[in-house]
Amino acid sequence: MSTVFIAFQTNEDTRPIVESILADNPHASLEEQPAMVKINAEDKLVIRRESIEERIGRRFDLQELQVNLITISGHLDEDDDTFTLAWAN
Amino acid sequence: MQIDLRTVAIKPLRNTFDHLVERFGDKPASRYQEGSYNIQQEHIFHYRPSWDADRVLFDKKRTKIQMKDWYALKDPRQFYYGAYTITRARQQEAAESSFDMIEERGLAELIPNEQKQIALDILLPLRHVEWGGNMGNAYISAYGYGTVMTQACLYHAMDHLGVAQYLTRIGLVLDGPDALDKAKDDWMSGALWQPMRRHVENLLVLDDWFEIFVAQNLVLEGLSYPLFYDHLDSEFSANGGTAISMMTRFMGEWAGETAKWIDAQIKVAAAESPENKALLSDWVKQYRAVTLDALTPLAKCALGDKAAGVLEDVLTEFNARCAKLGLAV
Repeated sequence: MSTVFIAFQTNEDTRPIVESILADNPHASLEEQPAMVKINAEDKLVIRRESIEERIGRRFDLQELQVNLITISGHLDEDDDTFTLAWAN
Repeated sequence: MQIDLRTVAIKPLRNTFDHLVERFGDKPASRYQEGSYNIQQEHIFHYRPSWDADRVLFDKKRTKIQMKDWYALKDPRQFYYGAYTITRARQQEAAESSFDMIEERGLAELIPNEQKQIALDILLPLRHVEWGGNMGNAYISAYGYGTVMTQACLYHAMDHLGVAQYLTRIGLVLDGPDALDKAKDDWMSGALWQPMRRHVENLLVLDDWFEIFVAQNLVLEGLSYPLFYDHLDSEFSANGGTAISMMTRFMGEWAGETAKWIDAQIKVAAAESPENKALLSDWVKQYRAVTLDALTPLAKCALGDKAAGVLEDVLTEFNARCAKLGLAV
Protein backbone atom coordinates (compact mmCIF):
# COMPACT_ATOMS: atom_id res chain seq x y z
CA MET A 1 0.00 0.00 0.00
CA SER A 2 1.28 3.45 -0.80
CA THR A 3 0.05 6.81 0.28
CA VAL A 4 -0.82 9.82 -1.83
CA PHE A 5 -1.17 13.26 -0.34
CA ILE A 6 -2.06 16.83 -1.13
CA ALA A 7 -1.25 19.90 0.96
CA PHE A 8 -2.85 23.33 0.98
CA GLN A 9 -2.28 26.58 2.78
CA THR A 10 -4.71 27.05 5.63
CA ASN A 11 -7.02 29.91 4.74
CA GLU A 12 -10.60 30.93 3.91
CA ASP A 13 -10.28 29.72 0.31
CA THR A 14 -9.09 26.23 1.08
CA ARG A 15 -11.45 25.40 3.94
CA PRO A 16 -14.37 24.41 1.68
CA ILE A 17 -11.96 22.51 -0.58
CA VAL A 18 -10.55 20.50 2.30
CA GLU A 19 -14.07 19.86 3.59
CA SER A 20 -15.21 18.46 0.27
CA ILE A 21 -12.11 16.29 -0.12
CA LEU A 22 -12.68 14.77 3.29
CA ALA A 23 -16.36 14.22 2.55
CA ASP A 24 -15.66 12.55 -0.80
CA ASN A 25 -12.78 10.43 0.48
CA PRO A 26 -13.75 8.79 3.75
CA HIS A 27 -10.47 6.89 3.85
CA ALA A 28 -8.41 10.08 3.83
CA SER A 29 -6.89 11.54 6.97
CA LEU A 30 -6.28 15.16 7.82
CA GLU A 31 -3.00 16.40 9.20
CA GLU A 32 -3.08 19.99 10.43
CA GLN A 33 0.24 21.75 10.58
CA PRO A 34 1.04 25.39 11.18
CA ALA A 35 -0.41 27.29 8.21
CA MET A 36 -0.75 24.06 6.21
CA VAL A 37 -3.23 21.22 5.95
CA LYS A 38 -2.09 17.95 4.49
CA ILE A 39 -4.50 15.26 3.44
CA ASN A 40 -3.13 11.73 3.29
CA ALA A 41 -4.91 8.81 1.70
CA GLU A 42 -4.11 5.23 0.87
CA ASP A 43 -3.72 4.66 -2.88
CA LYS A 44 -6.14 7.22 -4.23
CA LEU A 45 -7.59 10.67 -3.60
CA VAL A 46 -10.33 12.19 -5.73
CA ILE A 47 -11.23 15.88 -5.67
CA ARG A 48 -14.58 16.65 -7.27
CA ARG A 49 -15.55 20.00 -8.74
CA GLU A 50 -19.21 19.50 -7.93
CA SER A 51 -18.77 19.00 -4.23
CA ILE A 52 -16.59 22.09 -3.96
CA GLU A 53 -19.15 24.12 -5.89
CA GLU A 54 -21.87 22.94 -3.54
CA ARG A 55 -19.96 24.36 -0.60
CA ILE A 56 -18.90 27.68 -2.06
CA GLY A 57 -22.12 28.45 -3.96
CA ARG A 58 -20.46 29.49 -7.21
CA ARG A 59 -18.79 27.92 -10.21
CA PHE A 60 -15.35 26.54 -9.54
CA ASP A 61 -12.58 25.72 -11.97
CA LEU A 62 -10.44 22.91 -10.56
CA GLN A 63 -7.35 24.79 -11.66
CA GLU A 64 -8.15 27.32 -8.94
CA LEU A 65 -6.75 24.67 -6.59
CA GLN A 66 -3.29 25.58 -7.74
CA VAL A 67 -3.45 29.01 -6.12
CA ASN A 68 -3.26 27.61 -2.61
CA LEU A 69 -1.64 24.28 -3.37
CA ILE A 70 1.64 23.55 -1.65
CA THR A 71 2.53 20.08 -2.80
CA ILE A 72 1.17 16.77 -4.01
CA SER A 73 2.40 13.25 -4.25
CA GLY A 74 1.02 10.63 -6.63
CA HIS A 75 0.28 10.43 -10.31
CA LEU A 76 -2.07 13.18 -11.28
CA ASP A 77 -5.05 12.62 -13.53
CA GLU A 78 -7.01 15.78 -14.16
CA ASP A 79 -10.11 16.63 -16.17
CA ASP A 80 -12.84 19.28 -15.93
CA ASP A 81 -14.73 17.49 -13.16
CA THR A 82 -12.15 15.63 -11.13
CA PHE A 83 -8.60 15.95 -9.90
CA THR A 84 -7.34 12.50 -9.02
CA LEU A 85 -4.15 11.50 -7.27
CA ALA A 86 -3.24 7.83 -7.37
CA TRP A 87 -0.37 5.44 -7.65
CA ALA A 88 -1.47 4.04 -10.95
CA ASN A 89 1.06 1.27 -11.25
CA MET B 1 26.80 27.24 17.48
CA GLN B 2 23.69 25.89 15.96
CA ILE B 3 20.22 27.34 16.12
CA ASP B 4 17.27 25.05 15.54
CA LEU B 5 14.17 26.66 14.23
CA ARG B 6 11.09 25.09 15.62
CA THR B 7 7.48 25.80 14.80
CA VAL B 8 4.87 25.47 17.47
CA ALA B 9 1.32 24.75 16.47
CA ILE B 10 -1.13 26.50 18.74
CA LYS B 11 -4.56 24.97 18.81
CA PRO B 12 -7.24 27.59 19.25
CA LEU B 13 -9.40 26.99 22.32
CA ARG B 14 -12.51 27.80 20.36
CA ASN B 15 -13.00 27.97 16.63
CA THR B 16 -15.93 30.28 16.31
CA PHE B 17 -18.72 32.19 18.05
CA ASP B 18 -21.14 30.47 20.42
CA HIS B 19 -24.14 31.19 18.22
CA LEU B 20 -22.49 29.30 15.36
CA VAL B 21 -21.33 26.44 17.57
CA GLU B 22 -25.00 25.87 18.45
CA ARG B 23 -25.77 25.30 14.80
CA PHE B 24 -22.66 23.93 13.12
CA GLY B 25 -20.54 22.58 15.98
CA ASP B 26 -17.19 23.93 17.08
CA LYS B 27 -15.37 24.28 13.77
CA PRO B 28 -14.12 27.26 11.82
CA ALA B 29 -17.04 29.10 10.22
CA SER B 30 -17.12 30.92 6.92
CA ARG B 31 -17.62 34.66 6.79
CA TYR B 32 -21.08 34.05 5.35
CA GLN B 33 -22.04 31.89 8.32
CA GLU B 34 -20.64 34.41 10.79
CA GLY B 35 -22.66 37.23 9.29
CA SER B 36 -25.91 35.37 8.70
CA TYR B 37 -26.77 32.52 11.02
CA ASN B 38 -28.53 32.66 14.39
CA ILE B 39 -28.43 36.43 14.56
CA GLN B 40 -32.10 37.15 13.90
CA GLN B 41 -33.41 39.08 16.88
CA GLU B 42 -35.81 36.80 18.77
CA HIS B 43 -35.98 37.81 22.42
CA ILE B 44 -36.13 40.81 24.68
CA PHE B 45 -38.71 42.82 22.83
CA HIS B 46 -39.76 45.15 25.62
CA TYR B 47 -42.68 46.64 23.80
CA ARG B 48 -44.87 45.64 20.96
CA PRO B 49 -44.63 48.06 18.07
CA SER B 50 -47.34 50.68 18.45
CA TRP B 51 -48.07 50.51 14.72
CA ASP B 52 -48.86 46.79 14.89
CA ALA B 53 -49.79 45.93 18.45
CA ASP B 54 -50.83 42.34 17.69
CA ARG B 55 -47.33 41.30 16.77
CA VAL B 56 -43.83 41.50 18.16
CA LEU B 57 -41.19 43.56 16.39
CA PHE B 58 -39.75 40.79 14.24
CA ASP B 59 -42.67 38.45 13.86
CA LYS B 60 -42.72 35.16 11.99
CA LYS B 61 -46.40 35.63 11.32
CA ARG B 62 -46.03 38.50 8.91
CA THR B 63 -46.24 35.94 6.13
CA LYS B 64 -48.50 32.95 5.62
CA ILE B 65 -45.48 30.89 4.61
CA GLN B 66 -44.25 28.98 7.64
CA MET B 67 -40.84 27.42 8.19
CA LYS B 68 -39.59 25.32 11.10
CA ASP B 69 -36.16 26.80 10.57
CA TRP B 70 -36.02 30.13 8.77
CA TYR B 71 -32.29 29.75 8.33
CA ALA B 72 -33.00 27.02 5.78
CA LEU B 73 -33.57 29.85 3.30
CA LYS B 74 -29.89 30.38 2.74
CA ASP B 75 -28.30 32.17 -0.18
CA PRO B 76 -26.40 29.73 -2.45
CA ARG B 77 -24.20 32.64 -3.56
CA GLN B 78 -23.20 33.06 0.11
CA PHE B 79 -23.31 36.82 -0.16
CA TYR B 80 -22.41 38.73 2.96
CA TYR B 81 -21.59 42.42 2.75
CA GLY B 82 -17.97 41.91 1.68
CA ALA B 83 -18.54 39.23 -0.94
CA TYR B 84 -21.53 41.12 -2.33
CA THR B 85 -19.81 44.46 -2.73
CA ILE B 86 -16.68 42.90 -4.22
CA THR B 87 -18.73 41.00 -6.82
CA ARG B 88 -20.79 44.02 -7.80
CA ALA B 89 -17.77 46.33 -7.90
CA ARG B 90 -16.12 43.98 -10.37
CA GLN B 91 -19.25 43.88 -12.53
CA GLN B 92 -19.57 47.63 -12.37
CA GLU B 93 -16.04 48.05 -13.65
CA ALA B 94 -16.88 45.88 -16.65
CA ALA B 95 -20.09 47.80 -17.32
CA GLU B 96 -18.27 51.09 -16.92
CA SER B 97 -15.72 50.14 -19.55
CA SER B 98 -18.53 49.23 -21.97
CA PHE B 99 -20.13 52.65 -21.49
CA ASP B 100 -16.73 54.32 -21.88
CA MET B 101 -16.07 52.54 -25.13
CA ILE B 102 -19.50 53.44 -26.51
CA GLU B 103 -19.05 57.09 -25.59
CA GLU B 104 -15.44 57.38 -26.79
CA ARG B 105 -16.07 55.81 -30.16
CA GLY B 106 -19.51 57.31 -30.69
CA LEU B 107 -21.05 53.86 -31.10
CA ALA B 108 -24.48 55.17 -30.08
CA GLU B 109 -24.62 57.19 -33.30
CA LEU B 110 -24.28 54.02 -35.34
CA ILE B 111 -27.42 52.45 -33.91
CA PRO B 112 -30.25 52.50 -36.48
CA ASN B 113 -32.97 54.96 -35.48
CA GLU B 114 -35.65 52.32 -35.27
CA GLN B 115 -33.64 50.30 -32.73
CA LYS B 116 -32.78 53.40 -30.77
CA GLN B 117 -36.46 54.31 -30.57
CA ILE B 118 -37.42 50.87 -29.27
CA ALA B 119 -34.72 51.14 -26.60
CA LEU B 120 -36.00 54.58 -25.57
CA ASP B 121 -39.66 53.53 -25.57
CA ILE B 122 -39.25 50.19 -23.82
CA LEU B 123 -36.07 50.12 -21.78
CA LEU B 124 -36.19 53.61 -20.29
CA PRO B 125 -39.59 53.49 -18.55
CA LEU B 126 -38.45 50.18 -17.04
CA ARG B 127 -36.41 52.22 -14.58
CA HIS B 128 -39.66 52.91 -12.76
CA VAL B 129 -40.39 49.18 -12.62
CA GLU B 130 -36.95 48.71 -11.11
CA TRP B 131 -37.80 51.23 -8.45
CA GLY B 132 -40.81 49.08 -7.56
CA GLY B 133 -38.43 46.13 -7.27
CA ASN B 134 -36.28 48.17 -4.94
CA MET B 135 -39.23 49.06 -2.71
CA GLY B 136 -40.55 45.50 -2.58
CA ASN B 137 -37.25 43.97 -1.59
CA ALA B 138 -36.55 46.73 0.92
CA TYR B 139 -39.96 45.93 2.45
CA ILE B 140 -38.96 42.27 2.75
CA SER B 141 -35.74 43.14 4.48
CA ALA B 142 -37.62 45.39 6.89
CA TYR B 143 -40.52 43.08 7.79
CA GLY B 144 -39.22 39.65 6.79
CA TYR B 145 -37.89 37.08 9.19
CA GLY B 146 -34.51 35.33 9.15
CA THR B 147 -31.25 37.07 8.41
CA VAL B 148 -30.27 34.73 5.58
CA MET B 149 -33.36 35.91 3.70
CA THR B 150 -33.56 39.55 4.70
CA GLN B 151 -29.93 40.41 4.02
CA ALA B 152 -30.08 38.88 0.53
CA CYS B 153 -33.25 40.86 -0.18
CA LEU B 154 -31.54 44.07 0.84
CA TYR B 155 -28.75 43.36 -1.65
CA HIS B 156 -31.40 42.55 -4.22
CA ALA B 157 -33.09 45.89 -3.51
CA MET B 158 -29.82 47.72 -4.07
CA ASP B 159 -29.26 45.79 -7.30
CA HIS B 160 -32.59 47.06 -8.59
CA LEU B 161 -31.40 50.61 -8.01
CA GLY B 162 -28.22 49.71 -9.88
CA VAL B 163 -30.22 48.41 -12.84
CA ALA B 164 -32.36 51.57 -12.79
CA GLN B 165 -29.18 53.61 -12.94
CA TYR B 166 -27.87 51.67 -15.93
CA LEU B 167 -31.20 52.20 -17.69
CA THR B 168 -30.94 55.90 -16.97
CA ARG B 169 -27.48 56.01 -18.44
CA ILE B 170 -28.69 54.23 -21.57
CA GLY B 171 -31.17 57.09 -21.96
CA LEU B 172 -28.43 59.67 -21.48
CA VAL B 173 -26.17 57.97 -24.00
CA LEU B 174 -28.89 57.56 -26.61
CA ASP B 175 -30.77 60.82 -26.32
CA GLY B 176 -29.58 63.05 -23.46
CA PRO B 177 -31.57 64.15 -20.38
CA ASP B 178 -34.80 64.75 -22.33
CA ALA B 179 -35.13 61.00 -22.77
CA LEU B 180 -35.66 60.62 -19.03
CA ASP B 181 -38.51 63.15 -18.92
CA LYS B 182 -40.12 61.48 -21.89
CA ALA B 183 -39.84 58.06 -20.18
CA LYS B 184 -41.40 59.46 -17.00
CA ASP B 185 -44.31 60.86 -19.04
CA ASP B 186 -44.78 57.49 -20.76
CA TRP B 187 -44.79 55.79 -17.38
CA MET B 188 -47.27 58.21 -15.84
CA SER B 189 -49.69 58.62 -18.73
CA GLY B 190 -48.73 56.58 -21.79
CA ALA B 191 -51.42 53.98 -22.54
CA LEU B 192 -48.77 51.37 -23.25
CA TRP B 193 -47.41 51.50 -19.71
CA GLN B 194 -50.54 51.74 -17.59
CA PRO B 195 -51.10 47.97 -17.11
CA MET B 196 -47.50 47.64 -15.91
CA ARG B 197 -47.74 50.68 -13.68
CA ARG B 198 -50.93 49.35 -12.12
CA HIS B 199 -49.25 46.01 -11.46
CA VAL B 200 -46.13 47.57 -9.93
CA GLU B 201 -48.25 49.85 -7.75
CA ASN B 202 -50.39 46.93 -6.61
CA LEU B 203 -47.24 45.17 -5.47
CA LEU B 204 -46.30 48.20 -3.40
CA VAL B 205 -49.32 47.75 -1.12
CA LEU B 206 -49.05 44.02 -0.39
CA ASP B 207 -48.71 43.03 3.26
CA ASP B 208 -47.32 39.52 3.10
CA TRP B 209 -43.58 39.79 2.49
CA PHE B 210 -43.21 36.33 1.03
CA GLU B 211 -46.01 37.13 -1.39
CA ILE B 212 -44.00 40.13 -2.54
CA PHE B 213 -40.99 37.88 -2.96
CA VAL B 214 -42.97 35.56 -5.23
CA ALA B 215 -44.79 38.29 -7.16
CA GLN B 216 -41.75 40.49 -7.66
CA ASN B 217 -38.64 38.33 -7.66
CA LEU B 218 -39.95 35.08 -9.07
CA VAL B 219 -42.81 36.10 -11.37
CA LEU B 220 -42.22 39.68 -12.52
CA GLU B 221 -38.47 39.30 -12.88
CA GLY B 222 -38.76 35.71 -14.11
CA LEU B 223 -40.94 36.82 -17.01
CA SER B 224 -39.68 40.32 -17.80
CA TYR B 225 -35.92 39.82 -17.65
CA PRO B 226 -35.82 37.01 -20.23
CA LEU B 227 -38.19 39.04 -22.41
CA PHE B 228 -36.23 42.30 -22.31
CA TYR B 229 -32.65 41.25 -21.70
CA ASP B 230 -32.60 38.02 -23.63
CA HIS B 231 -35.13 38.00 -26.48
CA LEU B 232 -35.35 41.75 -27.11
CA ASP B 233 -31.59 41.96 -26.67
CA SER B 234 -31.01 39.44 -29.46
CA GLU B 235 -33.25 41.59 -31.65
CA PHE B 236 -31.09 44.63 -30.92
CA SER B 237 -27.93 42.69 -31.75
CA ALA B 238 -29.40 41.24 -34.92
CA ASN B 239 -30.43 44.67 -36.19
CA GLY B 240 -27.33 46.72 -35.63
CA GLY B 241 -27.95 47.72 -32.02
CA THR B 242 -25.02 45.83 -30.50
CA ALA B 243 -24.14 48.94 -28.50
CA ILE B 244 -27.46 48.59 -26.64
CA SER B 245 -26.59 44.99 -25.76
CA MET B 246 -23.25 46.17 -24.41
CA MET B 247 -25.12 48.53 -22.10
CA THR B 248 -27.57 45.90 -20.84
CA ARG B 249 -25.00 43.21 -20.25
CA PHE B 250 -25.13 43.61 -16.48
CA MET B 251 -28.90 43.01 -16.43
CA GLY B 252 -28.58 39.75 -18.33
CA GLU B 253 -25.80 38.44 -16.11
CA TRP B 254 -27.48 39.64 -12.96
CA ALA B 255 -30.77 37.95 -13.81
CA GLY B 256 -28.99 34.64 -14.30
CA GLU B 257 -27.13 34.91 -11.01
CA THR B 258 -30.07 36.06 -8.91
CA ALA B 259 -32.42 33.49 -10.43
CA LYS B 260 -30.32 30.80 -8.74
CA TRP B 261 -30.84 32.46 -5.39
CA ILE B 262 -34.58 33.02 -5.94
CA ASP B 263 -35.00 29.39 -7.05
CA ALA B 264 -33.24 28.16 -3.94
CA GLN B 265 -35.63 30.13 -1.69
CA ILE B 266 -38.78 28.93 -3.45
CA LYS B 267 -37.58 25.35 -3.63
CA VAL B 268 -36.80 25.12 0.08
CA ALA B 269 -40.02 26.88 1.12
CA ALA B 270 -42.14 24.67 -1.15
CA ALA B 271 -40.49 21.48 0.08
CA GLU B 272 -41.16 22.44 3.71
CA SER B 273 -44.89 21.63 3.74
CA PRO B 274 -47.84 20.95 1.42
CA GLU B 275 -49.45 24.17 2.73
CA ASN B 276 -46.45 26.23 1.65
CA LYS B 277 -46.39 24.52 -1.71
CA ALA B 278 -50.08 25.20 -2.35
CA LEU B 279 -49.76 28.83 -1.29
CA LEU B 280 -46.69 29.46 -3.43
CA SER B 281 -48.30 27.80 -6.43
CA ASP B 282 -51.43 29.92 -6.04
CA TRP B 283 -49.39 33.10 -5.84
CA VAL B 284 -47.44 32.15 -8.95
CA LYS B 285 -50.66 31.46 -10.88
CA GLN B 286 -52.25 34.68 -9.71
CA TYR B 287 -49.30 36.96 -10.49
CA ARG B 288 -48.29 35.17 -13.67
CA ALA B 289 -51.59 36.17 -15.27
CA VAL B 290 -51.41 39.86 -14.35
CA THR B 291 -47.71 40.09 -15.20
CA LEU B 292 -48.38 38.64 -18.64
CA ASP B 293 -51.20 41.12 -19.19
CA ALA B 294 -48.84 43.95 -18.32
CA LEU B 295 -46.05 42.62 -20.53
CA THR B 296 -48.12 41.85 -23.62
CA PRO B 297 -48.51 45.45 -24.92
CA LEU B 298 -44.81 46.12 -24.25
CA ALA B 299 -43.77 42.98 -26.10
CA LYS B 300 -46.01 43.92 -29.04
CA CYS B 301 -44.51 47.38 -29.22
CA ALA B 302 -40.95 46.06 -28.97
CA LEU B 303 -41.13 42.93 -31.09
CA GLY B 304 -44.05 43.45 -33.46
CA ASP B 305 -45.16 40.20 -35.12
CA LYS B 306 -42.72 38.13 -33.12
CA ALA B 307 -44.23 39.19 -29.79
CA ALA B 308 -46.73 36.35 -29.40
CA GLY B 309 -44.16 33.67 -30.14
CA VAL B 310 -41.57 35.19 -27.85
CA LEU B 311 -44.03 35.58 -24.97
CA GLU B 312 -44.99 31.96 -25.38
CA ASP B 313 -41.32 30.89 -25.23
CA VAL B 314 -40.77 32.99 -22.13
CA LEU B 315 -43.85 31.51 -20.50
CA THR B 316 -42.90 27.93 -21.34
CA GLU B 317 -39.46 28.43 -19.84
CA PHE B 318 -40.92 30.04 -16.76
CA ASN B 319 -43.43 27.23 -16.22
CA ALA B 320 -40.68 24.64 -16.59
CA ARG B 321 -38.61 26.54 -14.02
CA CYS B 322 -41.52 26.58 -11.54
CA ALA B 323 -42.20 22.89 -12.07
CA LYS B 324 -38.54 22.19 -11.30
CA LEU B 325 -38.91 24.09 -8.05
CA GLY B 326 -41.70 21.74 -7.00
CA LEU B 327 -44.61 24.09 -7.62
CA ALA B 328 -47.88 22.95 -9.18
CA VAL B 329 -48.58 25.65 -11.76
